[in-house]
Amino acid sequence: MLDAKIPEGKLENKWTDYKGHCKLVNPANKRRLEIIVVGTGLAGASAAAALGELGYKVKSFCFQDSPRRAHSIAAQGGINAAKNYQNDGDSVFRLFYDTIKGGDYRSREANVHRLAEVSANIIDQCVAQGVPFAREYGGLLSNRSFGGVQVQRTFYAAGQTGQQLLIGAYQALERQVALGNVKMYSRHEMLDIVMVDGKARGIICRNLVTGELERHFGHAVVLCTGGYGNVFYLSTNAMGCNVTAAWKAHKKGAYFGNPCFTQIHPTCIPVSGEYQSKLTLMSESLRNDGRIWVPKKQNDPRKANEIPDDERDYYLERRYPAYGNLVPRDVASRAAKERCDAGYGVGTFKQAVYLDFASAIQRYGHAEANKHGIENPSHEEIKRMGDEVVKEKYGNLFDMYEKITGENPYEVPMRIYPAVHYTMGGLWVDYELMTSVKGLYALGECNYSDHGANRLGASALMQGLADGYFVIPYTIGNYLADEIRTPAIPTTHPAFEEAEKNVAARIEKLMSIKGTESVESMHKRLGKIMWNKCGMARNEQGLKEAIEEIRALRKEFWSNLRIPGGINEYNPELDKAGRVADFIELGELICIDALDRKESCGAHFREEFQTSEGEAKRDDEHYMYVSAWEYKNEENWELHKEDLVYEMMHPTQRSYK
Amino acid sequence: MEHYNMNLTLKVWRQKNSQEKGKFETHRVENISSEMSFLEMFDVLNEKLISEGKDPIAFDHDCREGICGMCSMYINGKPHGPWKGNTVCQLHMRAFKDGDTIVVEPWRANAFPVIKDLVVDRSAFDRIIQAGGFISVNTGNAVDANAIPVEKDNADKAFAAAACIGCGACVAACKNSSAMLFVSAKVSHLALLPQGDPERKSRVLAMVHQMDKEGFGACTFTEACEATCPKEISVTNIARLNQEYFRASLAADK
Repeated sequence: MLDAKIPEGKLENKWTDYKGHCKLVNPANKRRLEIIVVGTGLAGASAAAALGELGYKVKSFCFQDSPRRAHSIAAQGGINAAKNYQNDGDSVFRLFYDTIKGGDYRSREANVHRLAEVSANIIDQCVAQGVPFAREYGGLLSNRSFGGVQVQRTFYAAGQTGQQLLIGAYQALERQVALGNVKMYSRHEMLDIVMVDGKARGIICRNLVTGELERHFGHAVVLCTGGYGNVFYLSTNAMGCNVTAAWKAHKKGAYFGNPCFTQIHPTCIPVSGEYQSKLTLMSESLRNDGRIWVPKKQNDPRKANEIPDDERDYYLERRYPAYGNLVPRDVASRAAKERCDAGYGVGTFKQAVYLDFASAIQRYGHAEANKHGIENPSHEEIKRMGDEVVKEKYGNLFDMYEKITGENPYEVPMRIYPAVHYTMGGLWVDYELMTSVKGLYALGECNYSDHGANRLGASALMQGLADGYFVIPYTIGNYLADEIRTPAIPTTHPAFEEAEKNVAARIEKLMSIKGTESVESMHKRLGKIMWNKCGMARNEQGLKEAIEEIRALRKEFWSNLRIPGGINEYNPELDKAGRVADFIELGELICIDALDRKESCGAHFREEFQTSEGEAKRDDEHYMYVSAWEYKNEENWELHKEDLVYEMMHPTQRSYK
Repeated sequence: MEHYNMNLTLKVWRQKNSQEKGKFETHRVENISSEMSFLEMFDVLNEKLISEGKDPIAFDHDCREGICGMCSMYINGKPHGPWKGNTVCQLHMRAFKDGDTIVVEPWRANAFPVIKDLVVDRSAFDRIIQAGGFISVNTGNAVDANAIPVEKDNADKAFAAAACIGCGACVAACKNSSAMLFVSAKVSHLALLPQGDPERKSRVLAMVHQMDKEGFGACTFTEACEATCPKEISVTNIARLNQEYFRASLAADK
């Protein structure tokens, strides 16, 4: 049985009690303690900055050319916080409740409650750093609504909230770099964890410009390396997003939690051809005003605007009248897939549904006419005024849609389809965010912790910053307080030698395959297996086939891969090859986990387990646990379980009807 | 949207590393769909080069949705190519027609040395931020977010300046390789907010000093930077930077 080290006491007091009793490190000792932080997204940049501010000696690593590029930057919609600035009944409890329910009762109560508690501090901190959130005319902060929620608690900066939050954290990080508390290593990729006497004591990384391997010591190692959505090849992730750091940690003993919980986002621009390299998200905020529909007639050949209203099926409003178009992501995605599979899809490949702003434009146009005292406004006037309102709210997203598709969404409905977006699974961590390896922490999307089987919109940014700014500065002290007598271990230690030798051998092995197929091509093939057999819907037979296919692909990869160029130079193909090799191994584990979990919950939908209305059917009696997989050897993992105990919540079937 | 296929000639800058001299190399690509992005066309070209046993073209890219600021190609004499307010990754092939010849170069500026082919080193921008592009507030010291109201107009202007993605197109577009638009965007973002006020003078002096030290050129106000900025950052920020700089220089007591 796994020990999550959840503090005793009442749920709402746990974090306060923990902070009051955890061990502290005095300032003179902090200066002697070294911490490695890998990744510079919201979790990594905020952690490195906050730890630097405390006086620790921090080394920060990212594979991009600058820490400001990390993929948190692409988050559009917003960040949740229980501020209740709108006086609409929000509270820490409600944010906690919505997150647990949204996650379909597969997350840990104590962690989620802590997240809800610190959410308000995040907004304060970001405003103090100069993050330019949207404001009202009175000068105070503005809020909007997101899926799975009935209050307005989302703070935002147009459609670029992630960018503004990351720039805030990046600036805090660069300030620490200037002060000498943090040393920054960009264009560096972590390729292994170094273990000394059972504790994580450093990393091996590769300088991506020169190809040289480097050894770095740390009293503790903090991974903030994001999610693994690119295992599906096509996703909304950046091209460089990868599982490599987390996977290396996994192979050094860190358990992998709930790998099969992968979020498919309902509103993305559909695939347009074989050459496609990534999918682009259209923010969930669009569902505040857009109505989703398909034709009532199968394979309807007419254009969207030629189909009269009574021949359209607004299927989310029909199936879920209480939440309508704002149901959570997993529910909306499955409903779109159901319609398309049944033959009602639209667009070139019939794999899309419409997201239509016509009625919002009409509604806003009438309201504007009213405001300006225009009686009997013409159709054109209403359209023009309505367009203006919609433009102010979503202009940048509409522009992006038009750039990619060449269609004008003010005139014709957008075509959208679900795409891989976020991974709730990740390295298993305890309450202190420590993995099952001593001294090795995982923060942000790369850990399994707060979102259960499905994440609510605008909660990823919240979790990344909560972990980095407000959790790790306390919990890491509790560990390092016992390390003040440990002197820095020289990187000539045999453990470093050994780790570097293994990394170098693997690179040599990759380069020596000299086959015929490119990395990109292998990655695409992996993605197809994952998407077809372990995507939005899964079943036993498909998963078993997928496992066999992935194993076969792995053998092909290691016998027929072609990487051009050399080792000691800038070689992006080699970087990619290492990442895809890890994705292939992870893909197998995802399918094994999905096969093991014989229930449907959140984003994990097993076709064998559904209600008569096609909703996910949980099995709390047998599966109310976190699956934490321990790597044994090739194709062999051992399952450990962390039972989820609900003190405050009463798990019920999730209903948004 | 009607789509079509095209055959293209590409003249691409190849340079092995920062020491060696570079040169243009000509490549043909065929059956390129108008629906592809420009970088996806490069993916197709690179796959072809790999299959022929040649070295693929190195280029920086990551998010491919116009926000990370990593992509950086100088296309037919314009940073990020022909579309206004756009990054390379969002440029789509319908901007071109069958038979076109396209010239692709890296950002050209002394302060951005070439690493390989189209990849350049923009760490000078990070060092300018280190010099003062922040508000000195440690984690945990903040007052309630609504304690200090900010005039909406100023908040909106600060946001518009903060939209900078740090790609460096402004430098690449400028005949003097000046970084004034980048620096002014950050100075404006922070100077327009009450939270940034205490360090307003020291910040602008330190950032401009670092900018000069990195070897960026002077600004002669041709506005080429605004014209190519993917986020359409306004040159009024440069005017604000100058104002802030003079104010800080006059009032400096050390």
